[in-house]
This record gives sequence, structure tokens and C-alpha cells, in this order.
Amino acid sequence: MCSALRTPHVRRVHSGSCAPAAPKLSWLARPLRRALRNVLAGLTLLVSANLALAAPPVSAPPPERAAVIRHLVRQDCGSCHGLTLKGGLGSPLTAEALAGRPDEALLATILNGRPGTAMPPWRPFLTEEEAKWVIQWLKDGAPE
Amino acid sequence: MRISHGDSLSHNPHGLRVHSGSCAPAAHKLPGLARLLKWAISGTGVLCASLLLAGCSTTTAVRGSGDLGVVIERASGSVQLVDNTRSERFATVTGLGDLSHASVVFSRDARYAYVFGRDGGLSKVDILTGRLVKRVMQAGNSIGGAISSDGRVVAAQNYEPGGVKLFDADTLELLAEVSTRDAASGHSSKVVGLADLPGQRFAFSLFEAGEIWVIDVADPRHPVTTRYPNVGRQPYDGLASQDGRYYLAGLFGEDGLALLDTWHPEAGVRRVLDGYGRGTEKLPVYKMPHLRGWALSGGQAFLPAIGHNEVLVADTRDWQLRAKVPVHGQPVFVMAEPSGRRVWVNFAFPHNDTVQVIDVPTLTVVKTLKPGRGILHMEFTPRGDEVWLSSRDDDKLVIVDTATLAVRRELPAASPSGIFFSWRASRIGM
Repeated sequence: MCSALRTPHVRRVHSGSCAPAAPKLSWLARPLRRALRNVLAGLTLLVSANLALAAPPVSAPPPERAAVIRHLVRQDCGSCHGLTLKGGLGSPLTAEALAGRPDEALLATILNGRPGTAMPPWRPFLTEEEAKWVIQWLKDGAPE
Repeated sequence: MRISHGDSLSHNPHGLRVHSGSCAPAAHKLPGLARLLKWAISGTGVLCASLLLAGCSTTTAVRGSGDLGVVIERASGSVQLVDNTRSERFATVTGLGDLSHASVVFSRDARYAYVFGRDGGLSKVDILTGRLVKRVMQAGNSIGGAISSDGRVVAAQNYEPGGVKLFDADTLELLAEVSTRDAASGHSSKVVGLADLPGQRFAFSLFEAGEIWVIDVADPRHPVTTRYPNVGRQPYDGLASQDGRYYLAGLFGEDGLALLDTWHPEAGVRRVLDGYGRGTEKLPVYKMPHLRGWALSGGQAFLPAIGHNEVLVADTRDWQLRAKVPVHGQPVFVMAEPSGRRVWVNFAFPHNDTVQVIDVPTLTVVKTLKPGRGILHMEFTPRGDEVWLSSRDDDKLVIVDTATLAVRRELPAASPSGIFFSWRASRIGM
């Protein structure tokens, strides 16, 4: 999502520059399974994960609002990223595609968009807390 | 695949009425006819009744397909088959995969619908029998397709991997593949705006590479490609004019459109409506416009402005900007009624509960409708007496009378998106 319109390969290269600030990950709420997978993935991720243990968990919106947001993500983000979030004109937003991507960079992309690409800012429609929750939800595989 | 038999049965009484009428002079002499008809119309006796009336008709009602259509149900991977004369659904075909973005073209006999799904599935549906005839997975992520002017070749445009694939329209056998892979970077451009042109040709645009390509498929196993590079940044969709002369690509990356006059291919692609948004700030775009709804009326072309709450009006003689019509939001589809008298516009999120109608002579909005939430598509009946709207978030189709602009009827549909009527079978660029 760092660069909504580039290939996954190029995007990975650029993802670092999207997050000049140290990634402040909130991994506490994640399933143990995924944490383990990332730990195995490499030392960098292991360190990030450990740091993130100190971060507060993302608070979920009230159920009614959460339903509205899930609908928004599937249908309206889905215009470009696909209803199944497997990508389209925009990049895939599946758990696999987002694994290891810093939350800070994803948050900036969602709220501010990515100038020069087709990714628009969603700040008019989502609060920062809600956007953080969306990131968690997507990284958890966007369960219903 | 599942056909909803309850619905197809509802079709038969009509066929029976037709036949019984034509048999009436002879039938009058039959004793107990009234009882027989009552039994027949009760539903279960339809087939037997038809048999009894044999000599007047066969057991299968013969009908045309010119007033039928396909409605995409995007969340359930199904399509509704609809009849736009009787304003009803008569069958549902399921098992078409991921239809979150889908489009449809028709065989030239208007019997088969080719459904292009997001997951790269290409399905051939018999709209008379309501059966899935054939289905192939042809790509990882697809966006749409077109059918050749002779009806023999179906072309699919793909995002992942990029490029175009050509299939035999009868068998869906793969005939050839046109790769958009750039030799230097190894990157394959996503293909957008695939449209058929006269003379067994297709035109399409390359999103990343910023090119327009025309392929000649007279020999469909050996397509011949003509490339037009540097047409502009990020073409997002394209269309062919109704006469197939012009191919026009909208640009996301800059203010303007790229135009190819296929009567003068030697002149190359030129920029038109350049800088249409100049002096005004471009708004964030929450849904890419679609150019398929080519709106041409009275020597004017009506087009969505990217990032602006405006419909652009160009003179098709010189392709100069003549006017900008302020509208409710950012247009997605801008479609002229078949008569050309009015132009209908729907909008991107968050204004997608609204449809506006532009009066062509005065270039003003004469009506704002709120037909439902999430209006994704509009389709006119063959001569434009009605327009069908899909309301994704209210799970319904809304049928509007274009003379009175009043809602005539609503039909249930599960998360409907594209509506495609069979009149497209005989149109260039559809």
C-alpha cells in the first residue's frame, strides 16, 4: 500500500522510505501464529515484535461503526484493491501482502493517501484510531 | 452452477399463453378446455398442457434474446438473467467465481454472454437456457474483455499478469497471448480500456507504460500489434466510439485524454482536452471513472472529469472543450440515452447514492435522483424507454422510466454491480 500502483517487488524496495520514523507496531493483539511466523522470518522482525510489545493495543470501534468500516474497506477500498482485497489497480491488501509492513507507513498511506499515485486520503472518512484498527483487521486477514 | 428453476417456470405460463392464443379457434371445439387451462396455469401441468396442445406448438417456448440481459451479483459470484420487456429476473447462474469487478460482452447472435471476472475467470453463459456452457481460468487478476467484429474471437484484458489473451468464441480455446511485458524492466503493464474496432481489431491501453496498442486479429493465432507510445501518464480506461472510428483513453496521471483516429492511424495518438482541470484543485479520487458508457450526442462527447465534480463536454469535430457541467460529485459513468436527448451520470464514493440527469440542449442538470445506496451502474433498454440502475448497498435494481423520471419498479438483487443488456451484441465498442 506504500505505493498503491507499483508492483509488489518495487513496493517492497520502497516500503522503507515510506516509514522514516521507527515503526511503532502494535502486535499484541495479533494471533500468536502470525507472530511466530514473523519471528522465524528474521532478526529484524523479531526485534520489531519485541519493541511492539510495549505499544498499547488498538481499540476496536463500537460494533455498529466497525460494520460500517468493514463495508467501506471491502466495497470502497475494494474499488481498486478488489472486493476480496487481492488487488486490482491498487495493490493487494491481504494478510500475506501486508505481513511485515510497518503500521506507521500503512497508517500514513490510509490517512494521507500517496501523492502521485491513485491512492486518495481517507482522513475525511476515518479517524486515526479507526485507521489503526483497519490495519490490524487487514493484517488479521479481514475476518467477517 | 445452479439455475433457479422456480424462476424459469414462471417463464412458461407466458409461453403457454402465446400458444393457447394461437390455437384458440381449434381449441374452442375441445370439451373441458377451461378446466384444462386452469390446471395448466396452476404450474405443474404446464409441460403436459403444452404436450396436449401439440400440433400448435412444441414443448419449448421459442423466444428471442434481444430484450434479455445479465446483472452481475458481485459478492456472490452469480449473475441474474433478466428480461427487460417484462422487467423481471428469470434465472440465476451461480459458480462464476470472483465477480467483484466484472464485465460482459455478447456473442453476435445475442445468445451467449461472456463474463469476465476479477479472478481471471472467463465464463460463457447461454442466456436462453440459463446454463453455464464453459468456464476457463485465464489469468490471476482480470478486468474485462471484448469480442471481435466477426464474433469469432473473445479478448480478455488482464492486470495480473498483464497483457491480452485471445480465445475462440465457440470453445474458449486459447488462441494467442499478447504480452505487455517490457523487455528492459521485465514489468508487465496492466491492460485497461480494451475495446473492439471494426475489421477484427482491438484497441487497449497500458496503465504503467502509458501506451495505446491496436492489435489486428484477422489471423487470431498470430495477432499483429501496432504500438502508440507516450500517450500520457496512467491511462485508466478507454473506449471506442459507436462507429469504431475513435479510440479514446482517459488519463489518471494528467489532465487530458489520448485520442486515436483509426481512420488516420498514421497521424498517431494526440492529446485532447489537455489541461481541462487547470486552475482548479484536483480532488481525491475514490473511484476510477469508467469510460465504457460512451456518451455521444449531437456532435458532442460527454466525459467524466478526473478529480473534479464536473462532466466535460467536447465538440467531436475538433475535440475542443466546449463546456463543463457542474454535477453532484465525481462522475463514474456518463451515459447518453440512446436518443441522445439526455445524459445520465452516477458518482464515486461518497456520493454514490445519487444519479443526475443532464439535459443536452441546455447542458444543465434537470433532475437529481436518490434511487438507492451504492449506485454502481446504469443500463438503458434498447431504445431508452427505461434505465436500469444497480443499487449495491440496498440489494436491488431500480427501473426508471426515462420519460417521467419516475421509478417504475424495483427488483431484488444481491449486491448488484454491472447491468449488461443483449443489445450490446450488435454494437461496436460494447
